[in-house]
Parts: sequence; structure tokens; C-alpha cells
Amino acid sequence: MVRWVAPASLCALTLSLTACGGGQAPSSGPSAATSAPPAAGGAGLAIKGAGATAPYPLYQKWFDEFSKANGVQIGYESVGSGAGVKQFLAETVDFGATDSALKDDERAKFPAKRGKAIQVPTTGLFVVFAYNLDGVDNLKLSRDSFCGIVDGSIKTWNDAKIAKDNAGVNLPADPITWVHRSDGSGTTSIFTKHIEKACPNWKAGSGKSVEWPTGTGAKGNEGVTAQIQQTKGAIGYTEFSYAKENNLKMASLQNKAGEFIAPTPDAAAKALTGVKIPEDFAVSVPDPEAKEAYPIVSLTWLLLYENYPDAAKVDALKNLMKWAMKDGKAVATDLGYIPLPDEVATKVLTAVDGIKAGQ
Amino acid sequence: MALSNQQVTEIKRARSPLARQLDSGFVWLTGMFAVGVALVLVAIAVRVGWEALPAIQQFGAGFLTSSRWDPVEDIYGALPQIYGTLVSSLIALLIAMPIGIGVAIFLSEDFLPNKIQRPIVFMVELLAAIPSVVYGLWGIFVLIPILRNMGVALNAGLGWIPLFSTRPTGPGMYVAGVILAIMILPIIAAISRDALVAVPPELRQASYGLGATRWETLFKVILPAAFSGIVGGIMLAMGRAMGETMATTMVIGNANKINPSLFDQGSTIASLLANQFAEASGLQISSLMYAAFVLFLITLIVNVLAELVVRRVRMKV
Repeated sequence: MVRWVAPASLCALTLSLTACGGGQAPSSGPSAATSAPPAAGGAGLAIKGAGATAPYPLYQKWFDEFSKANGVQIGYESVGSGAGVKQFLAETVDFGATDSALKDDERAKFPAKRGKAIQVPTTGLFVVFAYNLDGVDNLKLSRDSFCGIVDGSIKTWNDAKIAKDNAGVNLPADPITWVHRSDGSGTTSIFTKHIEKACPNWKAGSGKSVEWPTGTGAKGNEGVTAQIQQTKGAIGYTEFSYAKENNLKMASLQNKAGEFIAPTPDAAAKALTGVKIPEDFAVSVPDPEAKEAYPIVSLTWLLLYENYPDAAKVDALKNLMKWAMKDGKAVATDLGYIPLPDEVATKVLTAVDGIKAGQ
Repeated sequence: MALSNQQVTEIKRARSPLARQLDSGFVWLTGMFAVGVALVLVAIAVRVGWEALPAIQQFGAGFLTSSRWDPVEDIYGALPQIYGTLVSSLIALLIAMPIGIGVAIFLSEDFLPNKIQRPIVFMVELLAAIPSVVYGLWGIFVLIPILRNMGVALNAGLGWIPLFSTRPTGPGMYVAGVILAIMILPIIAAISRDALVAVPPELRQASYGLGATRWETLFKVILPAAFSGIVGGIMLAMGRAMGETMATTMVIGNANKINPSLFDQGSTIASLLANQFAEASGLQISSLMYAAFVLFLITLIVNVLAELVVRRVRMKV
């Protein structure tokens, strides 16, 4: 059964990649030129990773550019966070990637001879409400409004709760079509964590897949995007990078302080500044306090082993992280991700220095 | 002129030992292939059942009647998916069966000169070669906009009928049914045509000889004679429809609910698996395996029923 399902999802993935690859291609220039000189002995080395799909466009670009500059082959399979953690614990990859920080029971399964699991954030990402509504370009959604849309209690666009914050906008009487992810995903996890905090009437909890009280399910960020583009009156949630690439309209959301914040990388970065960083970097900001912060933000992590059998891999991984925290920033911004604040990046590099060769 | 027993043994003796060994080797080899395929099926069933065990212990038969699928609380039931699987394949069959058999009849009679008939046969069979993800994409971008408009009209005019009682928003059970119908059409058409062509020409000639018209011959002689082949094709098609994953997932709407309206969203067992397998863990995986096992059983039941139908009709004929 496992083997049977994998080709189908891979198929969808390849498809989505070709579909979204086009728009990202041109941004290669500047950062490739400034990258570090090739590391000695790095050529011909192959490193393998697997995990989260949400940061995949970024990782793809990062690893591609790093490979070109250093001659180290980095293969990354975006099999999903859950599968990424599983493969990491089973030692079938050199690094894992996940959208939700390692849990205690997962840490307990970590193979002892590899030292400890080192979990470092690579980038921040944020989730937006994308919609398709003619003549409405700057939709504002209060907490009441988006909670009502998500749980199905608000059914039409001209509902009084929505109209209240959008004075002067001609909202149609059309039904609202809520579009959510049907597959398990880190994006859903980030989104529902915020909904759980922000909406008092939300009963479905939070996780990679939840029991949605209303709406249509679509597979993958690309599926949700297509669904929104196809349907007048549709609204759904996707990663900012996907919405941006497909030119979807995005709603401004009311944050905890009561301000309406438009979804921009700057506003999203504000959710992460000044947050206290625990030792395992498992920062979670389900409902950021800052006045100018965009509310639905999360980090995504790489999982590394403390001990590697191969010294060349250790060097390559250290170089990769150094490169990503510095030269990789421009790529991240280009693609709509949030580069880590400097103080966090410094801590990440200190943590990555802890990996070493030998069992 | 029949050969006597002695002559037969003489012919056998005349063959070299090598040839005989090759013969028996060939029988063994093909036998192993046949058994091997059967073993693979058993192995898959056992494995799926084994993985499903925790969920079977936890939910028992309640899994089949509960309609909650909540990975957060770890409560699972697959009724909406079972319902969706059956309804979507039923819609597909209702559309594809008459069309497919019609196509098969048209292409097996001599209505058209061979030159025109051949390309049409080929094109119908080519429908089966389109990857299902392409069907899904075509469904999203071409079929849904067309069907939605028809659906909105139906809902406005005939909304009092439960089947049309919700306003279509795009994806839904009806789109899945139509897509599946197109996907299984070539299977029904091709196998039915083969069955019709394989009916011995003597039957047709005898029927004409008794003074039957073409219509009578077709419906009273040819179709009954080809019946078991046609039913076989339909069952194969139904199996395909129930197990189809990618295209269904892309157009059915993936909502965990049961609604008599065809315009509402639903989900099937296969789409549930495709959606949740990658990121599932623990009890959720077992429950997905349980659902897969149920799909297995449904397909088995459908095939057994089909076999019974075929036998019954054969006895009558």
C-alpha cells in the first residue's frame, strides 16, 4: 500500500513543481555570484535530506545554488514533515526537515550512537487568506469574520461582520466557498494553531489534518490555489509564496492587538522579533502579541545528527548552514519567506557547530 | 479420421527428452507465474489487514457506521468514504454503461466501412491511456466550469429533488462521477466490443436464416451470447472506478460528509488514502489501512456478485 500511494503523490508533486518552477527561475543571479568559494574536498559529495513540503521551493533553490558554488550534491525529497522525521529517526537520510518541532516521544526514538538530535530553524513562513472576489482588492477580515468563515457560521460575502470592517466596499451577496487542504500538511498545522487561539468557537483543534466543519478540500498548496482561482467567491489558506506566485488577492487580518495587518514578509518578520528562543529552537508563535505583527507565522526546521560517520559531510553541512544564513537570505526574501533575525541566525550557527565526525 | 491410441503414443515417443523437459519446464514456469500473482494479492491483503489491526481492535465494526474522521482526537470512521466510493462509482456506471455498450455495438456491427471504424476503435481505447492526473487537471479546469453552470441551473429549477438540493460550488460528487465515467468508458467499450465480435457468426447467420431482423438478432441473440463478457467488462470498470485515486481526489471536494445531493462535496476511500497517508502516524495509519481493507472487501463483494449474475443469466439462456 505504501509503495502504491507514493507514486501518486510524487506524481502530483512533480506536476506542481513544473507548474510553479517557472516563476522562480529568474531569481538566481545575485546570490550565486556572492557565494563562498568552493570548499576543499567537497566536490562529488552527495548529501540526502527529506521532509517538509512548505519550505520546499526555498530549499530547492538554496540547495541548487549551494551545489553549484560548492560542488556538493544535495538531494531533497519533499515527502512531508511526518515522513521526514521518520526517515531522520531511521537514519536513512543525512538530514530531515519538519514544520513542527520534534516531540518528546520522537526524541526518545533518536538513535543513541548519533549523539543527540540538533534541531535548527532555517526560515520563517507565513500563511495567508487568499480569495477570489471581483471588485474587492483589499479585503479586511476581523477575528470574528475569519473565524466565522472557517467554521461555516458566516455564509455570504455581504454578512454584517465582514461588511463592518470594509466600509465603502461593494461586497456581493454570493455564497462563501471555504477551501482548505485535504492532505495532511504543515501549512494546516500552522493555520489551525492560530485559529485555535484566535477563535473561541473553534472545536476541531489543531494539527496536520483536522476535521473541517465546512468547505471544500483540495490537495496541496497548488490544489488550493487552483480551486480559489477557479471559483468566484472562494477563500482559502495557502503559504504566502504560493499566493504571491499565483497573484491571488490576500486579505489583511486583525491581529491580537486589534490592528489590521496586510500579509507582507516585513509584517510577518515582526511576529518573530523579540521572541525568546529556547535551546531546541522550538519557537511557536500561534498568536503573536506585537502590534504590527502579521498573525499566522511559524518557523520551519532542519534536523541534524550530532555525529556523522563522514567528516566531509559535517563540513558540507556546516558550510551549507553558514551559506544559507548569509547569502541564502536574498533567495528567501525573493520567494516570500522570512529570513531569520540576525540574533537567531547567530545562535543557529553556534548550534550547527556542534555537529562532528565520528560515532 | 481419428488417431488410434497407439499412434498417439508413438508420436509422443518420437519427441526428444529435451523437448519434453522444455515442455514440463514451461508448464512449471507459467504455473509459478500464476501462483505468484495470486500470492502477491494474498500478501497485500494480509499486510494491509495486519497494519489495520490496531484500528480494527479499537473501532471494530463501528468504523463502518461512524462518520467522524478526526486525526486531532484520534477518532476514525469511514462511512462517508464508503458512501462516496459507492455513489461515485454508481454514477460513473450509470453514465458509462449505456454509452459504452452502445459504442461497442456500433463498432462491432458493419455500420461503418473498416477504414473509418478502425480509427474510432483506436481512439476509444486511447482514452484508457490518458494518465489519471491529466484527467484530474482537465476536470478542474474544463469540466468543473461546464458542469457547475449546468448544476446551478438544475439546482434552481429542480432544487426540491434531494439529488439536486444544494448549490454546486465547483468540485463535488457529480464531477467525480462524470470524470470516472469517462475514465471507465474505454474499458466497458473495448471489452464489450471484443465480446460481441467473439460471438460465433453461425449464431447470427442462423438468426437471420430464421427470419429475424437485425434488431431482433442483436438484442435476442448477440447480446445474450456476449453477456458474460460484457458483465466482466463492467465489473472491471467498476473496480477501476472504486479504486481510482488521483482524478477523484482532485475533483470530489474531499469533504467528510454524507449528503444526498450530488452537487455536494464528498470523498472516497481512495481519495482519503491519497490525502492522508503521507503525513499520518500511529492510529491514523492503522485506520487508513482499515479503510483500504474495506475497499478491498467491497471490490471482492462486487466481483462475487457479478459472478453470480453471470451464472444466473447463463443458466436461463
